[in-house]
Amino acid sequence: MAINRLTVSMSPHDHGKDSVKKIMFGVVLAMIPALLVSVYYFGLDAIRVNLIAIASCIFFEWLIQKFLLKGKTTIVDGSAIVTGMLLAFNVPSNLPWWIIVIGSLVAIGIAKMTFGGLGNNPFNPALVGRVFLLISFPVQMTSWPKVSVLNFAMTDATTGATPLAIVKEGLKNGETFSSIMNNMPHSYTDMFIGQMGGSLGEISAAALILGGLFMLFRKIISWHIPVSIIGTVAIFTGILYGIDPDKFANPLFHILTGGMLLGAIFMATDMVTSPMTHKGMLVFGVGIGVITVLIRVWGAYPEGMSFAILIMNAFVPLINKGFKPERFGEKIKK
Amino acid sequence: MLKTFPKGGVHPGENKFSAGKPIETIELPKQVYIPVAQHLGAPAEPVVAKGDVVKTGQLIAKSTGFVSANIHSSVSGKVLKIDKILDTSGYKQTCIVIDVEGDEWLETIDRSAEIINNTDISAEEIRAKVAGNGIVGLGGATFPTHVKLSVPAGKTCKYLIINAVECEPYLTADHQLMMEKGEEILIGCKLIQKAVGAEKVIVGIENNKPDAIKHMTELSKKFEHIEVNALKVKYPQGGEKQLIKSITNREVPSGALPIEVGCVVQNVGTAFAVYEAVIKNKPLFERVVTVTGKSVKKPSNILSRIGTPINMLIEAAGGMPEDTGKIVSGGPMMGKAVSSDKIPVTKGTSGVLIFPEQIAERAETYNCIRCGRCVGVCPMGLEPYLIKNMAAVKMYEELQAERALDCMECGSCVYVCPAGVPLLDYIRLGKANLNKILRAKKS
Repeated sequence: MAINRLTVSMSPHDHGKDSVKKIMFGVVLAMIPALLVSVYYFGLDAIRVNLIAIASCIFFEWLIQKFLLKGKTTIVDGSAIVTGMLLAFNVPSNLPWWIIVIGSLVAIGIAKMTFGGLGNNPFNPALVGRVFLLISFPVQMTSWPKVSVLNFAMTDATTGATPLAIVKEGLKNGETFSSIMNNMPHSYTDMFIGQMGGSLGEISAAALILGGLFMLFRKIISWHIPVSIIGTVAIFTGILYGIDPDKFANPLFHILTGGMLLGAIFMATDMVTSPMTHKGMLVFGVGIGVITVLIRVWGAYPEGMSFAILIMNAFVPLINKGFKPERFGEKIKK
Repeated sequence: MLKTFPKGGVHPGENKFSAGKPIETIELPKQVYIPVAQHLGAPAEPVVAKGDVVKTGQLIAKSTGFVSANIHSSVSGKVLKIDKILDTSGYKQTCIVIDVEGDEWLETIDRSAEIINNTDISAEEIRAKVAGNGIVGLGGATFPTHVKLSVPAGKTCKYLIINAVECEPYLTADHQLMMEKGEEILIGCKLIQKAVGAEKVIVGIENNKPDAIKHMTELSKKFEHIEVNALKVKYPQGGEKQLIKSITNREVPSGALPIEVGCVVQNVGTAFAVYEAVIKNKPLFERVVTVTGKSVKKPSNILSRIGTPINMLIEAAGGMPEDTGKIVSGGPMMGKAVSSDKIPVTKGTSGVLIFPEQIAERAETYNCIRCGRCVGVCPMGLEPYLIKNMAAVKMYEELQAERALDCMECGSCVYVCPAGVPLLDYIRLGKANLNKILRAKKS
């Protein structure tokens, strides 16, 4: 048989089956359990926020690529969907639609496309969007709807504070941690399952851990970042709690509340904005853990996860320079 | 726990379709095209002219230096011309074209099948026969073997490591050779051991060839100081430095040769060629080539004369599949894609792979998403993404500092890259330019 056309390319001629698209949709899949829990507790509002965020993220990416960058559209790679979902996970379920749209514009426009799109952004886009909204719309961003099981009526539910805010306020007023916890409407089991106030995707530790295990299994993430963040927080808050259990919350409380697990499993592990080597990842995680606790305990905000991740994002280039892989043949073993 | 190297590596689909297929010979071609540059180092100088009549095994091109190798005729017949012919490199290279007439071997070659276990030969004589018979490394790098058999003054070799890993997917030539010529290989090992003065010979075989491990272990009991090690399947374990690490846990320093840590590595096919050269006085003019692919009807291991056009091998393996999109000489990870099906088999041709169209082309390329997988799989502990970026913007000093020259181009980084970035293309370019600069500085 005569051959018409032979492809000639450099080796290797075989390729593993993974692609950017598969990774992105793997992350989306890993977020589904947490999304289901939020629908369970916040009703259809959770879906509403997600759809608005995803749609506007995709729309802005397309718009910017088409009319400003005039390049090939990349919305099919699925990264805009991930950014949209993560942004939605980081806001209250009753957030007005136009605030979500603004958040999406900041996330995609400023944090992602300005730097050249997927892969080039130094900061986690969803977190930039979230922090922008937190500073610009502090009231709407901290009016947490109270959880109610399977309430699909989309009525104006009453709002309440998150456990983190309750504890911060209480400690400031001189109450002891144990007395605050006695009056807390949520038990640790509630917090583990997700029955507490908070951003719509952060409430259920169980669902987030499930998603994390899925990503570990699919090798989308490695254990280094989540474990180093949670480990650092546990040790740091454990020491504080050991020094004075009245003035400081215990480690379990810190880990189960706020954006700790969402941040540790889904936000800090963002490939683009985290270090390249495992050693670097551990340093990155320890940094996030320390900064989060500093903000939670001594800062103005009850929650510091977003800030901590963004601050450590800024250190990633330095971490990559400082923590290189050990070269083969570096240490001569005889 | 099976031994392996600890840093990096990947495990591509093995696809060893031709495993267990007996080594077969095919009819001789009407014409052979024998390149004078089939080895690493200086090309050989033709010693025949148009119209000369040659016998199978006759010297037709002479080594031109220490790092060079003799070339012998693989057939008997008449030299038609010395011309520039397209070869694996993609360029036209000097080839000696011979019209085949019969198959008359040199009388000095012992063609009997009798296995002669005679290692009572001096190291000098072994080296001389290996050099004279044009033996080169058959693993793919085609480094002249007599050079590796000459241990530099002041160095000693403790271990002779025989590379029977065959870590490249698809390829089965070494595997089948072990099954059929195991004893000859081990005699070859003893000869090499003598030439380098090694205390011990260790044959490394990956665990996906349990029959070969069993067979060789059984045979090795007949010999002193030969040991067979089963290794965990991991690419690129056939890399010299990786194999030494797997077996001895010694790390060859950057830029140094294996002898630095008291090791010499030889391919299992080379050990067989050394046996034939020293005991049977047979020059290297034929080798086992795996001809395979997903659509190939009859995946085969073929004993092919050097200079045979690969289309004859493909024909013997059931013909060119309809959906052919790429032909690779060598393995899928490090082999070269060729631009024609008429290029000749050379000493370094370990396989002819035929890829269907749908996997012949590269995947779509995205931006690097900085996942770090290339860093994780690099067996040399390098940062492929960084080297690629530096090569792209010509930061040569930085490339050297990042040890770009340690890269052996195994392709693991490209294999895992989810963004389909052609990392290795850039790294090769960077290495080539850096080498040029370093050479210019030296002179």
